[in-house]
Amino acid sequence: MRVVSGLTWLLGCQLVGEVVVHALDAPVPGPVVGMVVLLLVLLVRHPPEGSSVHQAADALLPHLQLLFVPAGVGVVVYGAVLRQDGPAILVALVVSWLLGLAAVGWTAQLLTRERAG
Amino acid sequence: MSWFLSHPLTWLVATLLAYRLGVHLRDRTGHPVAQPVLVGVVLLAAALVLLDVDYATYAEGTTIVTFLLGPATVALAVPLHRQLGRLRGYALPLVAGLLVGVVVSVGSAMLLVRLLGGDELLARTVAPKATTAPVAIALSRTIEGVAPLTAAIGITAGILGAVAAPTVLTWLRVREHRARGLATGAVSHGIGTSRMLHEHPVEGAFSGLAMGLTALATSLLLPLLVPLFLR
Repeated sequence: MRVVSGLTWLLGCQLVGEVVVHALDAPVPGPVVGMVVLLLVLLVRHPPEGSSVHQAADALLPHLQLLFVPAGVGVVVYGAVLRQDGPAILVALVVSWLLGLAAVGWTAQLLTRERAG
Repeated sequence: MSWFLSHPLTWLVATLLAYRLGVHLRDRTGHPVAQPVLVGVVLLAAALVLLDVDYATYAEGTTIVTFLLGPATVALAVPLHRQLGRLRGYALPLVAGLLVGVVVSVGSAMLLVRLLGGDELLARTVAPKATTAPVAIALSRTIEGVAPLTAAIGITAGILGAVAAPTVLTWLRVREHRARGLATGAVSHGIGTSRMLHEHPVEGAFSGLAMGLTALATSLLLPLLVPLFLR
């Protein structure tokens, strides 16, 4: 029953998120707004550690990688036949990914140090 | 045999087994490339190609797995709530880091593609690659890119993060847990977050947060950035 209760909270927050996105025509997905909604619920209700929401999250999140497998399979199956500029895309992707990672990591770390010091 | 290969359960069970094998390899070898998502994708893609099964059949069987991405994304609020105290006094690094990240991710991808001989359409297509798949697809449509290709590039960026982000961040001397999480979520969205949840609770929480905020910031800034980097 606790699994059902926890999942109901998660899906309920997702539904609220979907409704908000639809009503405001917001440029973010329903589940991301649902994440904010659940955060607000947790802040207001203060459920104790081990509540049904905690249990559902702790059951799902360790297996987050499983949930991306079907999308990844689609990339490989379609990717092989997609376009001839594959190498250009791949190089741009890897370099841009690296630059983005460094930019965020260094900016955040630098500003943290300066404030601490 | 064809009855068996077109049954939805076949592919659901195969996906779960390939994932379990991936988890087993990760736990046994500890090698960064042994990520369950990568092992699962490689095995299943090879099986589909070798057995000549079309992706639609596979996708139908695994609908329930993909469906769970919604509640799992909502569930990221739980690790974030547990680390909420670490957000205090962190507004400036958070906002500045993520804004710089959006500009660098979008700008460098667009400029590099043009530099390597890609056309304007390809530059539009790669622009939203750092955002989570549903946002990337919607944004690609808005700025007139090729949406399915954007999704494929974004998912590849995610898998790259799951495999390499912790190692590369250590090379880059980014050691602070919050910064490591933010950087990964900002360039590798949910797939990168799935790795960081296994690395450290703070890194997982901040990666999930970065995924959400990057999606929001990219949605707002992209219409301004695309014309800027296309000139």
